[in-house]
Amino acid sequence: MLPPELLQEGERQMTICNACRYCEGYCAVFPAMELRRNFTKADLTYLANLCFDCRDCYYSCQYAPPHEFAVNVPKLMSQLRVETYREFSSPAIFSALFRKNGLAVSLITFAALAIIVLLVLGLKGPGILFGIHLGEGAFYRVVPFLAMTIPALAMALYGLTVLLMGMVRFWRETQGHLSEMISLSDLWRATKDAFGLTYMKGGGAGCSYPDASFTYSRRWFHHLVFYGFLLDFASTSVAAFYDHFFGWQAPYPLFSVPVVLGTVGGIGLVIGTSGLMVLKYQSDRDPAEAKMLSMDVAFLALLFFTSLTGLVLLALRDTAAMGTLLVIHLSVVAGLFITMPYGKFAHVAYRYAALVRYAIEQRRTHSVNP
Amino acid sequence: MAERKSSVDVLIVGGGNAGLCAAITARRAGARVLLLESATKDFRGGNSRHTRNIRAMHKAATAYLTGPYDEEEFWDDLLQVTGGETNEHLARLTIRASEELGEWMPANGVRWQGSLRGTLHLGRTNLFMLGGGKAMVNSYYNAASRLGVEVAYESEVRELKIGDGEFISAVAICNGATHEFNANAIVVASGGFEANIPWLKEYWGEAADNFIIRGTKHNQGQMLKELLKHGAKPVGNPRGCHAVAVDARAPKFDGGIVTRLDSVPFGIAVNKEVKRFYDEGEDFWPKRYAIWGGLIARQPDQIAYSVVDAKALPLFMPSVFPPVKAGSIPELASALGLDPAVLVAVVDKFNRAVRPGAFDPRSLDSCRTEGLHPPKSHWARAIDTPPYYGYPLRPGITFTYLGITVDEHARVVMQGDRPAKNIFAAGEVMAGNILGKGYLGGFGLTIGSVFGRIAGREAARYATA
Repeated sequence: MLPPELLQEGERQMTICNACRYCEGYCAVFPAMELRRNFTKADLTYLANLCFDCRDCYYSCQYAPPHEFAVNVPKLMSQLRVETYREFSSPAIFSALFRKNGLAVSLITFAALAIIVLLVLGLKGPGILFGIHLGEGAFYRVVPFLAMTIPALAMALYGLTVLLMGMVRFWRETQGHLSEMISLSDLWRATKDAFGLTYMKGGGAGCSYPDASFTYSRRWFHHLVFYGFLLDFASTSVAAFYDHFFGWQAPYPLFSVPVVLGTVGGIGLVIGTSGLMVLKYQSDRDPAEAKMLSMDVAFLALLFFTSLTGLVLLALRDTAAMGTLLVIHLSVVAGLFITMPYGKFAHVAYRYAALVRYAIEQRRTHSVNP
Repeated sequence: MAERKSSVDVLIVGGGNAGLCAAITARRAGARVLLLESATKDFRGGNSRHTRNIRAMHKAATAYLTGPYDEEEFWDDLLQVTGGETNEHLARLTIRASEELGEWMPANGVRWQGSLRGTLHLGRTNLFMLGGGKAMVNSYYNAASRLGVEVAYESEVRELKIGDGEFISAVAICNGATHEFNANAIVVASGGFEANIPWLKEYWGEAADNFIIRGTKHNQGQMLKELLKHGAKPVGNPRGCHAVAVDARAPKFDGGIVTRLDSVPFGIAVNKEVKRFYDEGEDFWPKRYAIWGGLIARQPDQIAYSVVDAKALPLFMPSVFPPVKAGSIPELASALGLDPAVLVAVVDKFNRAVRPGAFDPRSLDSCRTEGLHPPKSHWARAIDTPPYYGYPLRPGITFTYLGITVDEHARVVMQGDRPAKNIFAAGEVMAGNILGKGYLGGFGLTIGSVFGRIAGREAARYATA
């Protein structure tokens, strides 16, 4: 259940926006809004997930607070998105993690660290943890291969399942038939919009982030994070392939495909997440929702530490610090994987679904009204 | 706080579009500029914060304009709406200079977009600012501050000291304290007097209490009054104001675009005595847009009610307040506070007078009434499909026409047709020179931008000579 007062507020603000429409050129939210006259829970859920929080509309709004109409679309949409993520994830007991996400993510990551340290110390002893390990299979002498890969795979599969189920529920809730999702041209448009961050361009202006002046910095940092993440994912996949099919065990040489991909991706992630965190820190709190900010920071911090510890591990893998660094790195990765369906990562699923719905809607509108 | 004798070349009164264009231009010309804005930073920009497009001459279609709009067509449009109440020399100068705005505005941070949906009729003649007027105003303030223009908010000029047709100083209340500002030249860009209800009452009587002011509460006309007092030559009909029909539930000030209602042509409009008073289907937007405010202002208690049925609802832009909704005409009448029996009779009579026709909201169609007074000439369809909807309407004042005469250098013309050498005016305070009557969408911004730039240039030239 979305809070009824939030839905009421959403309907109130969207009714004002729909009578004004000055912000039509900034993003997808407003053209989608214009196809509607009433704003039900389904409409608001959909519109909220089309919003990229660029805040252009907020600073351009003649009705923003202190005007008595008090229109604050970025804040409203952030509030709605927090509730969307919670509502569509399952099981309910874990969905509550969205409520105090920053705290939850930190606790889970520290718990993972404690468990991994205890296991390594208990089962292998301090000699292994603090020793120097060289050559093929060095990492697995500290944390055995299966102990590393099986939990990771299990968590990844679990996370993906939860997100996919959420996406399907979101699609149904926003009045879509599942069969509609299978249109290649719509999927292509949505994919282009997602990979190109079309709606962080603000109709050519960029985002009003961290303050009222327009800039593309948020979009570039997000690109670094997203493509850095993809490169790291590719690195891990290649490594898994090497291991499984060729029996080549990590660590790999500095100029091997997994290490190069991982390093470039890791550097992109470190710069991108730092940049976004600086922007968040500087950002105007008036159009922000505290719960969303906490979720953003938790996710960015996890990505940042995942890549930083990965890079440091790479640099010091031939020293006695390797064991400690590996344990820390794996703990952060565990935190990332465990909280994947219950944190900001979830935005990928709902935003993509919303972009597909938008592509379908716009195609239909323009084919009826050329 | 000590009295501040400002060491600026050019003092600008008013931080809307015209004042900002003047400030930026004067600063670029090398003058030290101080701009006084009476609003807080949040509400800065006067009525410009409610605008969304600007009419500009152009020789060919562009990425943002669907076709050419040349000087003659622009002039013809102006001549038509003003019925000749314009100064051709200043008007043509404005039209010609508007051609540069398509480049000048983006050079100062403004961005364009394609015309908004629902305003396609302006897609050829008017440039749309991305994000609308407040985004434009924000861009100008950023540009001004980068250039080194000094801006003081919550600073309202109360008095002008003028001797022998020459500006000496301006006395302002800044955050509650009185300051006197000296400058070599002054640009007055402080808008009209539409938010000054006592002043409106001089022409409209008590009716003005029921007017809704669509824009800023800061347009009190104080500078207009001061200049007139010092012998500036007035222009424009003092009683004249541009008024549209707005939702009666709108806030008294700053309701802006969202409170306007265009339901009238798709139903009937009655006054509080439940009488129809004008042909609802006479003409298209923008003509009907421009006359309905005035029509309602002349009804008892300055209120009217637009009544439509379910089939009309999707035909006009949604407005900010939901309509009053009822399953029957008597119920609707009660909800609106009208006499149910009378409204039923009016609707019945209207429905019986409707002649069959081909309904087309995009043309002056053949759906009309016969034997009805006043008639409904177009878009007349029986009001017979529940649920029924009603909107209370009031006059919404957009701007006033009374202004100060200027010459082609934006210099204020004093009695005896002598231009003041260091007093310049731009924007709504002088728009009456060019738009003496009527309404032309996006033209107020054109006048403000062109004369703001002229005033800034000329004031800087005088002040730094």
